[in-house]
Amino acid sequence: MIYADNAATTKMSAAAIDTMTSYLKETWGNPSSLYSFGQTAKEALENARADIAAVIGADPKEILFTSGGSEADNQAIRSAAALGAKNRKRHIISSAFEHHAVLHTLEALKKEGYEVTLLDVHEDGLVRPEEVEAALREDTCLVTIMYANNEIGMIQPIQKIGEICRKHGVLFHTDAVQAVGHIPVNVERDNVDLLSASAHKFHGPKGVGFLYAKKGVRLTNLIEGGAQEKGKRAGTENVPGIAAMATALKEAVLSMETNADQIKKRRDRLIEGLGAIEHSALNGDREHRLPGNVNFCFEGIEGESLLLLLDDKGIQASSGSACTSGSLDPSHVLLAIGRVHDVAHGSLRLSISEETSDADVEEIICAVEEVVTYLRGFSPIWRDLTTGKKQFIL
Amino acid sequence: MALYSEKVMDHFRNPRNVGVIEDADGVGEVGNAKCGDIMKMYLKIDNDTITDVKFETFGCGSAIASSSMATELIKGKPVSEAMQLTNQAVAEALDGLPDYKMHCSVLAEEAIRSALKDYEKKKK
Repeated sequence: MIYADNAATTKMSAAAIDTMTSYLKETWGNPSSLYSFGQTAKEALENARADIAAVIGADPKEILFTSGGSEADNQAIRSAAALGAKNRKRHIISSAFEHHAVLHTLEALKKEGYEVTLLDVHEDGLVRPEEVEAALREDTCLVTIMYANNEIGMIQPIQKIGEICRKHGVLFHTDAVQAVGHIPVNVERDNVDLLSASAHKFHGPKGVGFLYAKKGVRLTNLIEGGAQEKGKRAGTENVPGIAAMATALKEAVLSMETNADQIKKRRDRLIEGLGAIEHSALNGDREHRLPGNVNFCFEGIEGESLLLLLDDKGIQASSGSACTSGSLDPSHVLLAIGRVHDVAHGSLRLSISEETSDADVEEIICAVEEVVTYLRGFSPIWRDLTTGKKQFIL
Repeated sequence: MALYSEKVMDHFRNPRNVGVIEDADGVGEVGNAKCGDIMKMYLKIDNDTITDVKFETFGCGSAIASSSMATELIKGKPVSEAMQLTNQAVAEALDGLPDYKMHCSVLAEEAIRSALKDYEKKKK
């Protein structure tokens, strides 16, 4: 099996599993209990908080544990919106290709009377800082732009956008789910006020993540109840998950540079190999790409068939085709970078990790080439394209 | 649980009657690239009986499987019987399709009907 869907989720690291098991088996007390067995769990929680804070250049007090990236996104945006409303500021700026955890929260806020501006991400998949600045209004209460896109892997100019937001006194949130643990993220350098991350994207467990909220940014509760997380997120803490998240993150950061160098080489070989397939195109530009991300469109074929046949060959990948999203429209990310429907249906995302070998890469290239050729062999669109009845787009 | 039934996967992996009939008596094409599914059916008809059928499909696993199954269901059948083919029959023969994929079987029914209409038109 060649697992090339690390942007969907990653395999837990052995160290993270060890940490998690030890907290499940031995240190399973409730951190809110005042006897020493509970306080040991509390200590683990606070150590994890300190470790995670150190990785992103934050103060431990600025880290709030959540159930994952989606919850962190929801809480960050809801909090900034509530703060804005107090000053009659109800305008939010975001981009067209955010994760649905952001886009759907913004949709919900629109129904509550907020105005949302979604910025264009251009053909290269990059938000322009100057366009963020131009979109700012007197009543803008939040800018939320993802650190790196989950489908096409484009790393956004976060530092510059943050700088602009600081200058204008507007809160800045970034969904850094695909970035944390993969590329250097620092909330001070990046001028970020709110940041979301998820453990299972960096070899930690599922169902746990964190929200960074800069000191002074008052959070709104999504979950009411006990006084956990300074009263901002009720519910007994997921201590095993949180401790394992910290282990995974420390590990990821420690080997980030060496891993990234190796992964990038393999990513570039994949881009070269798949780019050699006729009438294919890389989605997004080459320069600002996450180390492990490759995203292609192949004209004349549909993505789900491609995925199923790759699966038969032992390769796990993902696609932005409509059929994989359960709707009639292909990926909003591919549409946002200007891919037309016809072509967007034939997309393939490969997201590799440090476990992907050179041999895996070659096997992927061969398999994709074989399957694309096979599917084109009985595609009526491909026939029309090759007989000149239709013009090639790619 | 798997996404599709074994039958769907079998017809997807080993589609029957794939290809083109150059001198077809009826050709039908339905769907559009925008929605991600196009099916094209080619029929060879002799004495009002479908003697051969081939298809080309651009689409997901269930679109390919539905096309394949539809061709099997009408091959060797009289035109009048093929006209009665329903999407339910295609879906049932595949041991069912997920709800959101039922449109694939509808497309297969429409493609066959469109090819048969083309045949009727040419006959006149």
